Amino acid sequence: MPVDQKTALSLYQQMLVIRNFEETMVQVYMEGKTPVFDIGGGTVPGEMHLAAGQEPVAVGVCAHLRPSDTVTGPHRAHHFAIAKGVDLKKMSAEIFGKETGLGKGKGGHMHLFDPAVKFGCSGIIAAGMPVAVGAALAAKMQHRDDIAVSFFGEGAANQGAFHESLNLAALWKLPVVFVCEDNSYAISVPKGRATAIARNADRAQSYGIPGISVNENDVIAVYEAAGEAVSRARRGDGPSLLEVHTDRYLGHFQGDPEVYRDPQEVQRLKQRDPIVRLRQQLMEQGWLTPEQDAEIQRAAKATVDEAIAFARQSPSPAPEEALEDVFVPVG
Amino acid sequence: MAVHIREITTARAISEAIAQEMARDPRVFVMGEDIARYGGIFGATQGLLDQFGEDRVRDTPISETAFIGAAIGAALEGMRPIVELMFVDFFGVCMDQIYNHLAKITYMSGGNLHLPVTLITAFGAGYNDAAQHSQSLYGVFAHLPGMKVVVPATPYDAKGLMIQAIRDDNPVIYFMHKGVMGLGWMTMLEAAAGPVPEEPYTIPFGVADVKREGTDITIVTIGMMVHRALEAAQTLAGEGISAEVLDLRTLVPLDRDAIVQSVRKTHRLLVVDEDYRSFGMSGEIIATVAESALDYLDAPARRIAVPDVPIPYSRPLEQFVLPNAAKIATAARELVQGA
Repeated sequence: MPVDQKTALSLYQQMLVIRNFEETMVQVYMEGKTPVFDIGGGTVPGEMHLAAGQEPVAVGVCAHLRPSDTVTGPHRAHHFAIAKGVDLKKMSAEIFGKETGLGKGKGGHMHLFDPAVKFGCSGIIAAGMPVAVGAALAAKMQHRDDIAVSFFGEGAANQGAFHESLNLAALWKLPVVFVCEDNSYAISVPKGRATAIARNADRAQSYGIPGISVNENDVIAVYEAAGEAVSRARRGDGPSLLEVHTDRYLGHFQGDPEVYRDPQEVQRLKQRDPIVRLRQQLMEQGWLTPEQDAEIQRAAKATVDEAIAFARQSPSPAPEEALEDVFVPVG
Repeated sequence: MAVHIREITTARAISEAIAQEMARDPRVFVMGEDIARYGGIFGATQGLLDQFGEDRVRDTPISETAFIGAAIGAALEGMRPIVELMFVDFFGVCMDQIYNHLAKITYMSGGNLHLPVTLITAFGAGYNDAAQHSQSLYGVFAHLPGMKVVVPATPYDAKGLMIQAIRDDNPVIYFMHKGVMGLGWMTMLEAAAGPVPEEPYTIPFGVADVKREGTDITIVTIGMMVHRALEAAQTLAGEGISAEVLDLRTLVPLDRDAIVQSVRKTHRLLVVDEDYRSFGMSGEIIATVAESALDYLDAPARRIAVPDVPIPYSRPLEQFVLPNAAKIATAARELVQGA
């Protein structure tokens, strides 16, 4: 095992919290939307993009980061937020549209901002990439060795912002790690029908930066590859592109009928569940007993339950507050 | 304290404002296309590279999405970026970062995040740069919530508003009319040079300026059209018509009180707008008066704006679509004397 026990257990525990949260959200999201699905109805209205199965990318990369490193993420970002250390109660409250949320209910699930750990996400494909470049630029100008990580999907790699951001970060030798999370689908369109080349990591060459591919949905493999990219950035050697293959267990959005997907596919993917695999490895190493595992699982569930309860119990914002916070005081 | 005033161009006033703020605050830096070595295509950043060096005055690749987005990321990390979008007409290639991110992140974060970014951009027609390089698209930006919109018409206003913009903790889109910059390669405009104090000063946003007092008609306008309106007012004065020229200076925030106050005095409203006629600034001004001062109007409100057509290249065509002093004077005459 290329990592020590403490690290491996930490990665395992974090993935469990994420999986628990996403699976809880599957249930919570459907409250009030039945018998006929109404996207604007129920406890959590609006769109919902969940990342069950994609835990390794988030956890393997963020394990190397400090609170003062910036992370930008896409529309499907709960796993990145949790792995970065975003306050889970305030994040849940924001998803529920409550006054106690990260954005006082003004942002919602796709627009989560936690300045305490420099996390932000956006619903516009690839839009977080230039922002990460800017955070890295500031770190360099301010002589800090903090870095920025930009998470985006394989679909985003065809957006202009991807190319502009890689070029600019390479040109100015900025401390950014660009992480392409390849879950095979951009909504319904598989990578092979959208991208002219087979490996996004190969695009790094066009910008003169290293491109690394991690071909399995394995948190240890991601952890190792990310460690190199993060070190490179932190010591001032510039950006890298990390392409990680992962598996999206759920639809693009909750309610997605997934007509474009073979119904057996998710069953097949779940046979190589990265959390189950890591658990087996930990037990084989003698680093985890069934009793300890039960406790970790119980604690993960309790963390999620507490956050959801906080969100449920929190008040909704007063309607007139919609007019506030467009601008801050002049300064 | 003595105030040293000298005649300088609008471009010089802007670059001086930026230089003074960069000297005062190490967090301020500038990036954009041709803003460093060239000093900005429209002269807005002349002299900055020599004074502050490459780290703080950066030429960028032609990557507006990347560098405007980078301004956002840098601002979130405590910097105060000034970023140039060379021609406002180019906003199409980067508008997502501007209106969906720069303008909305503060709100979506419940006010927890500040974005002290100043986006400077050039606009305006009259020198045959055709449809894609002649627009005055402040109406587009003013329509979308989350960004302040500043449009100075004179060197004095340009410096005060620029310093204010840089010090504001919110996103400001600062529009520079190419014709008032005082560039050697553009048609000379006398008002492109004017008295400007050497010392730094600010002009608050949301305060319109009566550039010429009058009693018979209110002409509300902004940017280069302020000068066309003043020219018309001069002509009208010779005919016994007293026109008040109200320079809005900022569209967001908009000084609605000043507009209403002026119309209550003159009872006639003419809006002059270099942007396209429909669904923009001119409609907003007239709606404001219709909502708050309808009873004070003795004649229907009128507007002179660019018609809803792309701006044509050929000189007679371009001159036909643009507002000018003669058109303003004719409209004012009709309103005052009855058509």
